[in-house]
Amino acid sequence: MAPILEIQTLFKNYGSTEILKDINIAIEPGDFLVLVGPSGCGKSTLLNCIAGLEPITGGSLHIGGKDMTHVSPKDRDIAMVFQSYALYPTMSVAKNITFGMKVRGVDAATQDRKLAEVANQLQIEPLLQRRPGQLSGGQRQRVAMGRALVRDPKLFLFDEPLSNLDAKLRVEMRSEIKKLHQTLGATMVYVTHDQIEAMTLATKIVVMKGGVIQQIGTPAEIYNTPANLFVADFMGSPAMNLIPAKVMQNGGGARIEISRGQGGPIVLHDPKAEGLPEDVILGLRPEDIAEAGFRAGEGVQEAECLVDMVEPAGADTYVVSELGGKQITARMHAETSASAGSSLTFAFDLNKVSYFAPETGDRLN
Amino acid sequence: MMADLSLNQSASEANFGKIALRWLLYALLGLFALYYLLPLFVMVTTSLKSLEEIRTGSLVTLPREVTFDAWKTAWSGACTGIQCEGLRPYFWNSVLLAVPAVFLSTLIGALNGYVVAQWKFKGANLIFSLMLFGCFIPFQVVLLPMARMLGLMGIAGTIPGLIFVHVIYGIGFTTLFFRNYYVTIPSELVKAAKVDGANFFRIFWSIFLPLSLPIIVVTVIWQFTQIWNDFLFGVSFSQAGTQPITVALNNIVNSTTGVKEYNVDMAAAIIAALPTLFVYVVAGKYFIRGLTAGSVKG
Repeated sequence: MAPILEIQTLFKNYGSTEILKDINIAIEPGDFLVLVGPSGCGKSTLLNCIAGLEPITGGSLHIGGKDMTHVSPKDRDIAMVFQSYALYPTMSVAKNITFGMKVRGVDAATQDRKLAEVANQLQIEPLLQRRPGQLSGGQRQRVAMGRALVRDPKLFLFDEPLSNLDAKLRVEMRSEIKKLHQTLGATMVYVTHDQIEAMTLATKIVVMKGGVIQQIGTPAEIYNTPANLFVADFMGSPAMNLIPAKVMQNGGGARIEISRGQGGPIVLHDPKAEGLPEDVILGLRPEDIAEAGFRAGEGVQEAECLVDMVEPAGADTYVVSELGGKQITARMHAETSASAGSSLTFAFDLNKVSYFAPETGDRLN
Repeated sequence: MMADLSLNQSASEANFGKIALRWLLYALLGLFALYYLLPLFVMVTTSLKSLEEIRTGSLVTLPREVTFDAWKTAWSGACTGIQCEGLRPYFWNSVLLAVPAVFLSTLIGALNGYVVAQWKFKGANLIFSLMLFGCFIPFQVVLLPMARMLGLMGIAGTIPGLIFVHVIYGIGFTTLFFRNYYVTIPSELVKAAKVDGANFFRIFWSIFLPLSLPIIVVTVIWQFTQIWNDFLFGVSFSQAGTQPITVALNNIVNSTTGVKEYNVDMAAAIIAALPTLFVYVVAGKYFIRGLTAGSVKG
């Protein structure tokens, strides 16, 4: 199938400042693409470029197989939901939703029919005659979605649509957007700085930093095999443990030494580490470090560590220790026997370990 | 018990102090109001007196016999130089001048403000600063060049010529008002409308103008007051037959020979001031509201 959105070698400058550098993205119909990164990484600018609200400096942009590089936003067959919702304050909800159709000269009967459809879908019928100022945050959010849905476009664009909602409502709306994506089968591009939103919604994630794409992949790929230290650190909460380690090659496999706060270094064995340089950064997710006895199998190795802190979080308990001069976090079950100040045997599951080069930050395995 | 008593006492003392302060405040405000109303009182009473009574009575007494003769004369009989038609024709001149000039300068100001605030282009800030600069140019400086321009355009001494001058002079202020108002409107509104398919004028007409009532009121009051009360442009760029009311008022007061008809002068001055007074009374509450109007939520 032809990609519905294809961005090739896109560059965007403001004066002499490069905002976006060499962006290449292609998505298939039905994809849910999430652009994620810290603030200032250029993700919103990229979305505005896709919408045609910002001209691009170089490269090309195709939507639905057509070259849209220099086409104005209204002719790109897109709809967009904004962070501040951007509802027209003097118009009723109904007029807000039908404004686009009115501007395009759609006849009144069709307008009414589509309005009724969307109002029913989003359950906002009782609100249709109200002004945006009389709505709560969640209701405004729905109306903004309604305005996008009614257009039935090739591509939906979302610019941090949930960041103005409180935590509870955010989770609710998140699953509603996901449900909407599944029922409509629509193609969506979604910008967020919230990596959990990215993980839960996306079929494909683009992690950005400083205007450069760090990694493109499915949520699982991004989570399990981050391409560099930035992605490893940014995605996942609590963040991946990134521990400086030394690799000693010894014929049949490699020995990995990690310094410990007290006593000698921890020594782990991992055949995957063969051929790696001496200095590496070892990345292991908190859930891949368990209490000894609760995780077994090939690749699981045990070592004793001093517990610095225990943080119960209900379902799990986070146990903090120091390894390689860094604080590391292990996710253990709630009834763990760990207590601060005493030692505990940790089980390291090396099946999912990542190795990074300390200087470049790139993934090594 | 003792503690309670003393507490009560100090509380009532504080209350008393508060009330006294309040009364002092009102007394002071009343005094100021009186001070400002006194001239108006003298004008109104004098305009209702006969010349005879003005000559014999005191300035602040109420008229013994109320007569509207002076008002009639001021409206349709007083002499402005050689003509004796009163203020009536000049009043209509001022209306014909002020209404289109206010309308045009407000409309252009709204469009300019919309562009400078929401459709930034290269040099937008520079152009806006230059327009602001226009607000501070003294009227006298532009008299000669403007006279030359009006002559070249063939509208010297006409009402359209005066309208042109006032529109040009008003744009600086009206642009400033609208720009400062529109800057508080989130730019995502324009983006959303662009994606919805609306063009530059459609967004202005359907989204920004309906939001602008408070600032339109402010601008209209400001411009109407400026244009209606203007004397310098009126006296410089008009000729017999196209003079605005301020010029006619001056002529009535200054061109009479013999006995000074104070009652007619007062009545004429009040007539000339009535329209601006009317605009303030009708739209005054929107004026304050518009000046303090903040960002638009939603």
